[in-house]
Amino acid sequence: MHITQGQFSFLPVLTDAEIRLQIDYAISKGWAVSIEWTDDPHPRNVYWNMWEIPMFEIKDSGAVLLALTACRKACPNAYIKINAFDNTRGVESMTMSFIVNRPTMEPGFRLVRQEGEGRTIRYTTISFSAEMPPGNLCHK
Amino acid sequence: MTTQSDARITDIKERYKGGVLKYKQMGYWRPDYEPKETDFICVFRITPQEGVDPEEAAAAVAGESSTATWTVVWTDMLTAYEDYQGKAYRIDAVPGTGVGTDKEAQYFAYIAYDLILFEEGSIANVTASLIGNVFSFKPLKAARLEDIRIPVAYVKTFKGPPTGIIVERERLDKYGRPLLGATMKPKLGLSGKNYGRVVYEGLTGGLDFTKDDENINSQPFMHWRDRFLFCMEAVNRAQANTGEIKGHYLNITAATMEDMYERAEFAKQLGSNIVMIDLVVGWTAIQSISNWARKNDMILHMHRAGHGTYTRQKNHGVSFRVIAKWLRLAGVDHLHAGTAVGKLEGDPMTVQGYYNVCRDAVTKQDLSRGIFFDQDWADLRKVMPVASGGIHAGQMHQLLHLFGDDMVLQFGGGTIGHPDGIQAGAIANRVGIEVMVKARNEGKDILNEGPDILREAGKWCKPLAQALETWKNVSFNYTSTDTPDFVATPTTSN
Repeated sequence: MHITQGQFSFLPVLTDAEIRLQIDYAISKGWAVSIEWTDDPHPRNVYWNMWEIPMFEIKDSGAVLLALTACRKACPNAYIKINAFDNTRGVESMTMSFIVNRPTMEPGFRLVRQEGEGRTIRYTTISFSAEMPPGNLCHK
Repeated sequence: MTTQSDARITDIKERYKGGVLKYKQMGYWRPDYEPKETDFICVFRITPQEGVDPEEAAAAVAGESSTATWTVVWTDMLTAYEDYQGKAYRIDAVPGTGVGTDKEAQYFAYIAYDLILFEEGSIANVTASLIGNVFSFKPLKAARLEDIRIPVAYVKTFKGPPTGIIVERERLDKYGRPLLGATMKPKLGLSGKNYGRVVYEGLTGGLDFTKDDENINSQPFMHWRDRFLFCMEAVNRAQANTGEIKGHYLNITAATMEDMYERAEFAKQLGSNIVMIDLVVGWTAIQSISNWARKNDMILHMHRAGHGTYTRQKNHGVSFRVIAKWLRLAGVDHLHAGTAVGKLEGDPMTVQGYYNVCRDAVTKQDLSRGIFFDQDWADLRKVMPVASGGIHAGQMHQLLHLFGDDMVLQFGGGTIGHPDGIQAGAIANRVGIEVMVKARNEGKDILNEGPDILREAGKWCKPLAQALETWKNVSFNYTSTDTPDFVATPTTSN
């Protein structure tokens, strides 16, 4: 299983040099870069864990890469993504998001169907990783 | 030109003595008028009948779209009538028309309308005035509403898009790239089960959305409930396969508002995140379903079916930029706004103008893109433009260059027609867009290097290579019928 969230999940894994170019782009736009990680990439899990707060004042992609290296070291088997945030009035939201680290084996999801009235079905997506003991993917 | 005999009559006795006056005499031509911040301003392209003075024609448009009738009525004097009169205040000859050209003389007529003329929050009311009787008016051969400046005071009487670009992205958890969609084909004839298969393949392959076509409602071959049930099975399966949020635009267009609500409620009950309607349902239905969508956290997709009947010809109708403005007020989240490079009408600059109307916080006057006025959108949410109709992976660099990230790229034939199947078609398009976004962010000149970037990616992505090969010679290079004509503003060199 290979989850396809983010901007570049269909491309070959980005090298650190390539990641740096994307961070440079975000910084050139005046966006704040942030790093988030999780062991539960459920499509509705919007709150991944923040690795430090968004780097509003950092103008050097090297500093972001250092933080990414630290995050990877602490959470080698977690999903990690890099985001960019634009605080322009009327945007005030993320403008980039791409995965830069994945577990070696991605557990994926189970679809549960509950049959209802008529032919209706209520669907629930369950992360297999959510059924594992907590905290075994990352120890900060 | 104004002569003594047709000048505005300010003497009340003369003005209201009964009979027929020229529109100019009645006060609908006011070259000295300065529009107020709270006025609506419209620019009409008018083609007067032979022998009709253009100022009188402009005054007639102002009159017929506001208070006038064909004769003088004393009952005007029971009102503060000057406020209620539309005021034509400027005409410009359209370049390339009239004497010395092969086209009849056309004019841009600027008309201001007081805010009091319009019911708050009602596009039906706005359109009944501005594109009502006036378009059938005999002294004009043709008329076209080119653009409109909507005063902020009136913008604020609308709630606008129920979701908007920003919240849509946050709900879908998708940022920094155009969204990808596909319209299901063949558009008519598939059973619910077979239709759902196409949805499943497309979404699992890598699309974000799939879409019902405009004329899929509830025909004998597929009743709407069947379609909704099978499509939602496909959406949920694809979501579990990919870990990514997926959606299918369930078309809820129907014969009556009651039917539309019933279909919308069922879509909600099944957990769909998006429904769609066609433009042909009309303004009142659009605003009603927009309120429903807002109440039910539903993204509302608008397919502009039918617009070409009145937007395409330059001399008569309503420009799509005006329709887009009204739809942003009325409150839709997605709007088909053209592709420039695909099979349907659209001059690139003109289409960019529509995209700007959908997405800007403030749209600035931009005559080369057909935008006549500054338009402050007063923080109204933004509409996600949709590019759909005869586009394919080989055009990815052009599409991204022309329109940027905030759009939905819809490849219907360009996904489903892939020689290796629908999933392969979806993969080709997703890889194409990701590789192009990545290259652009890296600072590459995608407009020129785009074909090489795609070819390079085709080396490790066979579906993309096949797509590029299959559609390599497909382009739709026809002359656009609707291009901006504008009077260049003189500039000085100092």
